[in-house]
Amino acid sequence: MKSPMVHVHDVTVAYHRKPVLWNVDLVLDDPRLIGVLGPNGAGKSTLLKAILGLVPIASGTVEIGGKPLAKQRRLIGYVPQRESVDWEFPVTVLDVVLMGTYGRLGWFRRPGSKERAIAIQSLERVGLVDLAHQQIGQLSGGQQQRTFLARALAQDAALYFMDEPMAGVDAATERVIFGLLRELRAQGKMVVVVHHDLRTVPSYFDDVILLHRRLIAHGPVASTFTRENLRKCYGGNLAALEMAAEIVAASAPTK
Amino acid sequence: MSDLLSTSAIWTMVVGILAGACCASVGCYLVLRRMSMLGDAISHSVLPGIAVAVLWSGEFGGWPSFVGALALGGLCTLLIELLHRQGGLSADSSMGVVFSGLFSLGVIIITREARRKHIDADCILFGLIEAVPLDTVPLAGMQIPRAVLTLGAVAILVTAVILLLWKEFKIVSFDAALASAMGLSASVVHYLLMTLVAIVAVACFEAVGSIVVVALFIVPPATAHLLTDRLGTMMALSIVVSAVAAVVGYILAAIFNTSVAGMIAVVCGMEFALAVILGPRHGILSKMYRQFSLSVRIAAEDYLGRLFREEEVLQGQRPAESVPTAPTAGVLIDRFARRYAKQAGWIAQQGESTVLTQPGRLRAEEVVQSHRLWQEFAGGNLSLPADHRHEAAHRLEHIISPALRDELAREIRSYDHGDDLPK
Amino acid sequence: MDYNTAIVLAGVSILGLTAGSVGSFLVLRKRALAGDALAHASLPGLVGAFLLFERRELFILLAGALVSGLIGIAVVAILSRYTRIKEDASIGIVLSVFFGLGIVLSRFVQNRTTAGSKAGLDSFLLGKTAGIIAQDVLFIAVVAGFTLALLLLMFKEFKVVTFDQGFARAQGWPTVPLDFCLLALVAVNVMIGLPAVGVVLVAALLILPASAARFWTDRLGHMVLLSAMFGGGIGIVGTLLSANVSGLPAGPVIVLSGTVLLLFSMLASPRRGLLAKSWRDFWWARSIEQRCLLQEIYEETERAGGSPPTKADVVHRATESWALSRLVRAGWVELQEGRVRLTSSGLVRGQEVVLGSRLWQAYLEEYPDQAGPLADLSMESIDGILPVELVTHLQRLVREQGRWPALSMGEPT
Repeated sequence: MKSPMVHVHDVTVAYHRKPVLWNVDLVLDDPRLIGVLGPNGAGKSTLLKAILGLVPIASGTVEIGGKPLAKQRRLIGYVPQRESVDWEFPVTVLDVVLMGTYGRLGWFRRPGSKERAIAIQSLERVGLVDLAHQQIGQLSGGQQQRTFLARALAQDAALYFMDEPMAGVDAATERVIFGLLRELRAQGKMVVVVHHDLRTVPSYFDDVILLHRRLIAHGPVASTFTRENLRKCYGGNLAALEMAAEIVAASAPTK
Repeated sequence: MSDLLSTSAIWTMVVGILAGACCASVGCYLVLRRMSMLGDAISHSVLPGIAVAVLWSGEFGGWPSFVGALALGGLCTLLIELLHRQGGLSADSSMGVVFSGLFSLGVIIITREARRKHIDADCILFGLIEAVPLDTVPLAGMQIPRAVLTLGAVAILVTAVILLLWKEFKIVSFDAALASAMGLSASVVHYLLMTLVAIVAVACFEAVGSIVVVALFIVPPATAHLLTDRLGTMMALSIVVSAVAAVVGYILAAIFNTSVAGMIAVVCGMEFALAVILGPRHGILSKMYRQFSLSVRIAAEDYLGRLFREEEVLQGQRPAESVPTAPTAGVLIDRFARRYAKQAGWIAQQGESTVLTQPGRLRAEEVVQSHRLWQEFAGGNLSLPADHRHEAAHRLEHIISPALRDELAREIRSYDHGDDLPK
Repeated sequence: MDYNTAIVLAGVSILGLTAGSVGSFLVLRKRALAGDALAHASLPGLVGAFLLFERRELFILLAGALVSGLIGIAVVAILSRYTRIKEDASIGIVLSVFFGLGIVLSRFVQNRTTAGSKAGLDSFLLGKTAGIIAQDVLFIAVVAGFTLALLLLMFKEFKVVTFDQGFARAQGWPTVPLDFCLLALVAVNVMIGLPAVGVVLVAALLILPASAARFWTDRLGHMVLLSAMFGGGIGIVGTLLSANVSGLPAGPVIVLSGTVLLLFSMLASPRRGLLAKSWRDFWWARSIEQRCLLQEIYEETERAGGSPPTKADVVHRATESWALSRLVRAGWVELQEGRVRLTSSGLVRGQEVVLGSRLWQAYLEEYPDQAGPLADLSMESIDGILPVELVTHLQRLVREQGRWPALSMGEPT
């Protein structure tokens, strides 16, 4: 039997003995665009970090392609939240994108012309090639996000984890980003995206993971992104519920 | 002044330059990773290691004190981490606690043994760079100070490690989470860097003392960070800054007959102050200038806008009168704004009154159009209440580019708007 | 005890007392290293005052030190506020450059005056308790009295500023003046500590007692009191040690005894201490694991219609097989031919655990918005945490969904 791409087995993560994720069991496979949804503090980022081994897991295991994470890091691309780095750091856009190739290079080897070509190509794909030699602090929020995306492209991974790539970007950038995500899927890659905006879910994603401390539902948008599941996830929050109802109603006929 | 060119003077400066180069290059990572005070902590904490080594081997310097200091540097890093992560102390408290504890231990050992062994507390704090030329080793027919050899070796080591691990240090400093996710262990790189910091601190300790080590770790990189946006340039610049501090510090110390080590720190501080004030992009003066010229441009465009609206209202019956000054901008800015508009050829004097020229009218049209677009956008897309729109639009109209204006116009074409856009 | 030692002891214990109480606020405000910068930055002022007035009265020297210390802190604030230099680097810059300037100036003094007065200034680097005279103690006591009075008077205000700047500002407290006031108190206490402990280590006198006290209590009032006691205590211990053992400098000994006290607190405190905490964390994780395993066994059995699962079905990791052996020892499960079978007491216990978990689940599903912050899934039972009506409602829900755990053990197959 072929091992699934990502197997999260009964994972519990706790910060200071307060569980943030409780007993999450997930199997992700196939090239799909997967949205991770849930209210604030639901543990969306923590789930990503747990899969990537960036936070200690209290109990449970994570396997990537049937093997422990440590052996499979090269398969994984990661786009952290934009606020996680110091944008006044003295590097250029191209430098940041080149960092995507570091994992493949391993220790000591320096990026050469081949890696530069990959980086430039990635920048072309996000439309930032003109800004390659700018310092990153001079970019707008959307451009910074696209830089991160280009870096992930340069990683040339088999599966991508992105932590709110749409936070604080304009509508145009958001469309560009999703165009790219579809391209990645077409190349047979799996993309897991933490997402905030419920309105765009049906048009962007194939699958959704609804999360609120524990896994609420996981499956194709059509069957999973339902009013009932959203209520389980977001609760009686009227505004969110009404909006969800609208979205579900709007997306239903097309499915 | 002639003794500034004596062999001992030159050797002293060489030691200063070498120490500066080692500290400043490693210090770049400390400053960028917001770990400057870890450099401070480590350079204080190596003291008990050196002290114990001196007790054991009976002499200052040499391998034993190097090894002892290195061990204590590592211990300091581990303890800080332990107190912070496990003990629940805040990061800065744990640093303060660890380094003062270890430093005290060192001082106690040294004071107790001071009568038997010739080392004292003063030379720990500000080193004995003046004594450097006295302790020489013959090499290739020359008497070379031992400190030059040690620091030279450390400088080579530091250069080699930084070149070899350039990419690793860079990615871990910039985005440690990504590095870990990629399998370049951030903690391995962190401890490597800290080992390097400890080695450098120990090597420079003897020559310049712990406080100047701290100055050289932090001040030159911070100065360079104000001047450039590239890591390589930053490192090169910070080495230059520290070298200047070493040479100028020595000369000033000789002129005023005072402590060389202290003077090196002071010159570092002066260079930093210069960069803070005069830095081309991040300096205070250039920031103020940019702020001022932006205000002038905005005031000039507002002025054009008012003239234009006046013309619209009057429907060309007679040229617009000169409009009273803006209530928001100051007198000085208004004066500059008018001069700016005149020099740009936007306005002209017609008898008593000021009128728009043709290019001025075009520019004014753009400004007014942007204003109304933003007003619409603020109402439609940002759902600001009507009485807030004008103010928002007023500020945003100046930062709009032609492309963005077109996009805005497309975006809001669907809305109905009371105030017609100028054709 | 002779007169001199008594004088020194009085001075240092008063000093430790106030430093400890002021230090609590410094540590809670996460400004420990700012205190260090302040101390180092006071050196040029101290030496400068001597150069300017050519007098050695403690008051004049410390006034100079206070001025330059405050300038140093102001520079730190300006640099981190208006330039791209981060706070840690600003602190490092001020600390080292001001100290360097102090050294440069002190050499001027050394060149200009006789050797006797030079020694006086040098003692400010690492401190010299032996030099403390009755007049100095009086001075220290006055400053200390003033500090303690102000702390008592404005305890509430300092508390709110230390805890939550934003809240304090929203409540209309003048946070900036209050913050400055607190920092000025810190500065004054650093100054009176200089003669005894010295520029390099005086900040530790503020940080150590407070950090140690933090481990023993969660209340600010208690912490300040305890920290004051710790401060006075390490002052006394350090002074006595250095007076009775030759060649032990007082300042470092005081700091070192503070460090020992801190390490002891960190290890041994029953609530926040490292030993107690890791012990509790370890068993907490084990108990969670044990409960999860029991639940899994129960649910697997339930799913299979009463037939017990195999060991391989439920045990995936080494720690889980340890948990299993503990379940066996508790008499809740028994192993039969590779199958894991619940005993009758295990059935009861398992039902409790599973029911608790399903009630939480129902609560989370029914009221996700309020359950988010409230739900602590590590709690075994929902009773006593949620109101009774809610529990009844949830129990009904679970019953209606047919998820009420009601497993009865069939005969082994």
